[in-house]
Amino acid sequence: MPELKVAATIENLEAVTAFADEHLEAHDCSLKAQTQIDIAIDELFTNIARYAYGAETGEAVIAVEFTDGFAEITFRDWGTPYNPLENPDPDVTLPAEERQIGGLGIFMVKKSMDAVSYRYEDGQNVLTIRRKL
Amino acid sequence: MALIISMNRDGDSLTVSLDGRLDTTSAPKLEAELRPVLEDGVKNLAIDLKELDYVSSAGLRVLLSTRKIMDRQGDMVVRNANEAVMEVFKVTGFTSLLNIE
Repeated sequence: MPELKVAATIENLEAVTAFADEHLEAHDCSLKAQTQIDIAIDELFTNIARYAYGAETGEAVIAVEFTDGFAEITFRDWGTPYNPLENPDPDVTLPAEERQIGGLGIFMVKKSMDAVSYRYEDGQNVLTIRRKL
Repeated sequence: MALIISMNRDGDSLTVSLDGRLDTTSAPKLEAELRPVLEDGVKNLAIDLKELDYVSSAGLRVLLSTRKIMDRQGDMVVRNANEAVMEVFKVTGFTSLLNIE
């Protein structure tokens, strides 16, 4: 399974996206699925970069796998245990003055992927997204 | 690929065209470039998304904060969003927050 290990920093978002795109394109992923996966990577990797290690910088591993016409992308970090899927969904009907952007990213990921799962194992946050190619 | 920001000013009207990806990396750049121009008396703002490939929540944040600035001083419209971008607007309820043409 191809994987990429990088320092979990915002500066590495482009490298992580390029890594995923290279494999998605090699598997003839549709443009729509690739776009949604790229957005999901932006939301999820950015969360790790901002919050997983507090003020410290740690590492993250991104792995991609293809089975039965689906892409599966797994994010691992060794930071504070945190399950973003437990957050309540934001109220997307509120007017502009009351709108919060926090929580919108993970909500977009949940809506655009076929499956999103989280587990904590061996001291790692493991988040997997699955999307039809 | 990053984001290319083009601005076209005509009196108190400003058209901003975005080409590329409005994401975590590029959203702060758009906000920083736009703010001083808006403060310089823009009353009609059009944001053209024809060449925009996608928008993440960081991009939505900038669109919302820009709308709030323009609420105080004029109007803002968003134009030519492609299907992927429109879908993000729909899922997040931004279709009712932005004036989309």
